[in-house]
Amino acid sequence: MSFFDLALFKKDRGRQILLLIFLVALLVPIMDRNAYRVDVLVNAGIFMMLALGLNVIVGYAGMLNLGYAALFAVGAYAYGILNTTLGVPFWLGLPLAGLAAAGVGMLLAFPALRLGGDYLAIVTLGSGEIVRILLNNLDGWTGGPNGLLGIDHPTLPFGYDFGVASAPYYYLVIVLIAALIFALKRVECSRLGRAWMALREDELAAGAMGINLVWTKLSAFGIGGFIAGMAGSVFAAKQGTVSPDSFDFVVSVMVLAMVVLGGLGNIYGVLLGALALSLLPEFLRGFEIYRMLIFGAAMIGMMLFRPQGILGEAHHRAEYSRERRRAPRIPMKPSAGPTPGAAT
Amino acid sequence: MKPAEIAQTDLLKLDGVTKRFGGVCALEDVSFRVRRGHILSVIGPNGAGKTTLFNCITGIAAPDTGSVLFGDAQTCLNRLSPFNIAARGISRTFQTIRLFRHMSAIENVLVGAHTQLGAGLWGILTRARWVRIEEERAIGRAMRLLEFFGLEDKAHETAQNLPYGHQRRLEIARALASDPKLLLLDEPAAGMNPKEKEDLLALIRAIRSRGVTIVLIEHDMKFTMPLSDRVVVLDHGRKIADGTPEEVQRDGRVIEAYLGQREETAA
Repeated sequence: MSFFDLALFKKDRGRQILLLIFLVALLVPIMDRNAYRVDVLVNAGIFMMLALGLNVIVGYAGMLNLGYAALFAVGAYAYGILNTTLGVPFWLGLPLAGLAAAGVGMLLAFPALRLGGDYLAIVTLGSGEIVRILLNNLDGWTGGPNGLLGIDHPTLPFGYDFGVASAPYYYLVIVLIAALIFALKRVECSRLGRAWMALREDELAAGAMGINLVWTKLSAFGIGGFIAGMAGSVFAAKQGTVSPDSFDFVVSVMVLAMVVLGGLGNIYGVLLGALALSLLPEFLRGFEIYRMLIFGAAMIGMMLFRPQGILGEAHHRAEYSRERRRAPRIPMKPSAGPTPGAAT
Repeated sequence: MKPAEIAQTDLLKLDGVTKRFGGVCALEDVSFRVRRGHILSVIGPNGAGKTTLFNCITGIAAPDTGSVLFGDAQTCLNRLSPFNIAARGISRTFQTIRLFRHMSAIENVLVGAHTQLGAGLWGILTRARWVRIEEERAIGRAMRLLEFFGLEDKAHETAQNLPYGHQRRLEIARALASDPKLLLLDEPAAGMNPKEKEDLLALIRAIRSRGVTIVLIEHDMKFTMPLSDRVVVLDHGRKIADGTPEEVQRDGRVIEAYLGQREETAA
């Protein structure tokens, strides 16, 4: 009993801390009026979204993906094209961009149905490049290397325009990250989340447990893609322009580094990793040309001394003990074959 | 003791199953039936094709010829994927433990219950009432399964940190979570000490008494003979004997192929 109470307390404290961080985060643009710093935080926030999305594919489902920037690009261009050609407003473009990237993500997942590990990494690397090159060359749709210009900023009712200031985007990103944490926490402790993790741990055994491997892999790529697409549309709306160089291979690698550095499969670790890797180059500006050298050394040191990431995966997902506490003792139906506990 | 009277129909029927890997014939024209409620042991020397047989039943390997028929409807399992076969009520353990190593014991069992749950993405995100109830039931049921296997205090332990004997039992618990009609155990007693084997024997009997049909692969004759209703003996991919433990132990070919000089000790 005391164990369960403890777990409940810990869980509640975790929620309190989360709420506190959220409230403090809301105050940042008010306390700090430096536009550059807020802008850096908005970009960090977009990377946090990307890291959360890639974590679904790599962290939960264990499929190495080196082409994640492609899905980010699809989201950004989807909103960009929809907005510039059809005048689709941002609030409709956001979910549509998510859906477009989810669709492309699932399409790119087909190699994952047959390949794993290093081979999959190479294929995703290739497909990521293909998407970028397509964006570069489909001039009629994407504007080629010049990109798309004049994408609308988000607006709110009563004529409020997000414009070019950073603060409104900061709040937008904060709200989206909070929603993603909320949703992903639910998925993590569900039939779907467990299926992803089982897939990561042992594909053969997962199949023998009745998990549809095809659908489970596609869903991980789809949901990871959806998140990247939303991040992409925020990026496009904030910049007002998109061009292919923003979705370089380096972006894929950075997001992967954030996920690994933060702790594969741990939502908070991944967020922390994304924040750290986004802000570290800024803090290192004092070192001038040695900046990226120190940045690289910090990453190497991190992997040497804490390979499981800043926060390892939370093995003891408190949800199970918490729900166990509430779980009513429902008697088994007599036909249910192996009903231990009912008799013994 | 032997519930043969209760159910006379066959649950699983293998008909001329052949499986080749290149030039090697892992299984050649193997046929036998498993009666509902029986415990059937598959024995044979190393490399006799026992695990291949399990792989053919569970869809991990497709038989080249012959058919695997299951259930009342005699569904042919030959071309089905593993997850489809699992959903039809066949569950298995593996010769080398294949737990989800970085997940807790209870999560392993909950993955085993995958086919029992129906929540989709929308239900999960909105945490619909029926999804919550389903999940709570699954957790309660997983807990009781763990209790049955004496693992209730290890529920939140990471699987890879459990001692070997517990991992073996957890694998059976995971297989049972899907509420299978047929349970395939691939050398469940491998690496266990005599005391653990004794406990396992009792557990397997208890599982059978709940109406689960069991097919098991085992090397240890002392372990399988008192447990089994029927024994199938494989050697070099061929079935060389099929009968009650007593019949098999008297069979000349079995003694030659498998028991060798240890006839007296095994009997």
